[in-house]
Amino acid sequence: MSGNLEHLTEKQYQVMASSKEQKSKLWKDCMMAFLFGGLICIIAQTIKDFLLSSYFAENVYGFDEEGAAAITTMIMVFLGAFLTAINVYDNLGRIAGAGSAVPITGFANSIVSPAMEFRSEGHILGVGAQMFIVAGPVLVYGTSSAVLVGLLYFLLK
Amino acid sequence: MAQKTGKQTYLITRPVYVKNAASVVGPREKAGPLGKYFEAWEDEDFGEDTWEKGESRFVGAALTSLLTKEKVSSDEIDCVLSGDLENQCTASSCGLKDSNIPYFGVFGACSTMGESLALGTLLVDGGGFHNVICMTSSNFCAAEKQFRFPMELGGQRPPTAQCTVTGAGAILLTDTPCKTRITHVTPGIIENYQIKDANNMGAAMAPACASTVKMHLMDLGRTAADYDLIVSGDLGILGGGLFKEIMELHGYPVSNHKDCGELIFDPKTQDTFSGGSGCGCSAVVLASYILREMNAGRWNRVLFVATGALMSPVSVKQGDPILGIAHGVVFENL
Amino acid sequence: MGLLVKYLLVFIIGGVLCAIAQVLLDKTKLTSARILVIYVVSGVFLSAVGIYSKLVAIGGCGATIPLLGFGHALCQGVFKAVDELGFRGIFTGGLGAVATGIVMAVVFGLIASFVSKPKSKIQ
Repeated sequence: MSGNLEHLTEKQYQVMASSKEQKSKLWKDCMMAFLFGGLICIIAQTIKDFLLSSYFAENVYGFDEEGAAAITTMIMVFLGAFLTAINVYDNLGRIAGAGSAVPITGFANSIVSPAMEFRSEGHILGVGAQMFIVAGPVLVYGTSSAVLVGLLYFLLK
Repeated sequence: MAQKTGKQTYLITRPVYVKNAASVVGPREKAGPLGKYFEAWEDEDFGEDTWEKGESRFVGAALTSLLTKEKVSSDEIDCVLSGDLENQCTASSCGLKDSNIPYFGVFGACSTMGESLALGTLLVDGGGFHNVICMTSSNFCAAEKQFRFPMELGGQRPPTAQCTVTGAGAILLTDTPCKTRITHVTPGIIENYQIKDANNMGAAMAPACASTVKMHLMDLGRTAADYDLIVSGDLGILGGGLFKEIMELHGYPVSNHKDCGELIFDPKTQDTFSGGSGCGCSAVVLASYILREMNAGRWNRVLFVATGALMSPVSVKQGDPILGIAHGVVFENL
Repeated sequence: MGLLVKYLLVFIIGGVLCAIAQVLLDKTKLTSARILVIYVVSGVFLSAVGIYSKLVAIGGCGATIPLLGFGHALCQGVFKAVDELGFRGIFTGGLGAVATGIVMAVVFGLIASFVSKPKSKIQ
């Protein structure tokens, strides 16, 4: 092999480098992801149950199951977007890891954060074009696989 | 004219001196362990509306600070060599657009300070240039946006990751005698050890650093002990350890080693993982801490090796390995 | 007791789904973008074979709020549309079912880009 380091082979170095790698604190990270992820779900459940409660039905509006779920999604997306806009969600992400990335609030964060970042490149090619740099893959593969199972369902029905 | 010694090292025969240096850093650097050595600091955006414009302001501010300190006008500067991490080095060109100094843009990723110093030294050594400014910059937010994710995206980074330094450092080289001179330069070769993890730059750069330091010592028949200090650019905590291990393996143990990326932040309190990185990292540490302590007589002979990881977001996505490079420059007190 | 157990199940199922993603993040070299794609695609297929509906029946929002639930909604939307519209439903059902979340996020993203600036966090 070329290079100045005759006593160091590629394989040897790969082993050396990975042995030095400091590992993530798996237990702590998982605990945080569990706690924050669970908490976000609890918040959503509380909102949904409140929307379905008899108090809400009598005083405001009587939602059915589907309507309540849609409004809950809207509120959760708003919360994620709001916490992103006030520069808080990334701090949450640093602590909670997957616990804040996997819930729908994280989906909102992944759309709102590039929108804010790329404003400096204009509203058309910056905000408009870059909004889905993170969430795009989720939509592409989510909708495509839904079409695939839909096709199978249609054929097998 | 520089004289080739051995395979990669050049002896500077027409003396090149370090006249003065200046640095401007960001808030995180100012709050770090070397904070008191940095004479000026600004927010990452430098009051501008984009990170990129902010980085250009850092470049301009470092240059102005250097010229003001030395009370020289820009007409007396023969050229400035500058580089950064932004696409097509726009931080440097935009930052220097009003300077009226002949400008060369250079790129060597995070090794750019070593590259610009080596080239600047050779220009002055060649006899045609008398006063040359070598400088680089980087900006945490601009680098995050270009190489990773938007600032507000919630997420974690692995412990091997490094944190881009915000700041610009500038050094004025001259042929009129001063206390500290540059005696040798050792340009580095590209070392490829097939590291593909963009979150582990230290591991990609450590072999290149060892390669340059080893050739330098071999070419001059020296050992690491002949230096008061060997300072690497931005290997970080992880890469620094790997560098020493590789040197040991090749029969050149290094005990007097420091790394700019390790010096600039306190990983315990600053959440900076493996340490600092970026073009600005080695530039601001050299321009403040290292040269000032040399001037105070703490060290008299220092080998400065700026290290770079040659890659782009495209090359990483296409699965290409991250190449390492390192350029060495020897500073010596008279 | 009913309410407490119900909320406990929401918490545990939501938490565990997030913790699994965290294990993938820490233990493999998979990027977060890949893990999110794996999650949404898994959600679609788990829903298609009928497993995910059972999880939703137990865990409520603990199962619907994580990204797997997004996949579940896509899949159920397509199934429902196919039942109602036939072939055309394959293409209209998926996004229709998740439109609320996406459209809200896009609109809020646009608003945020006008009113808010990204900030660097200093430690």
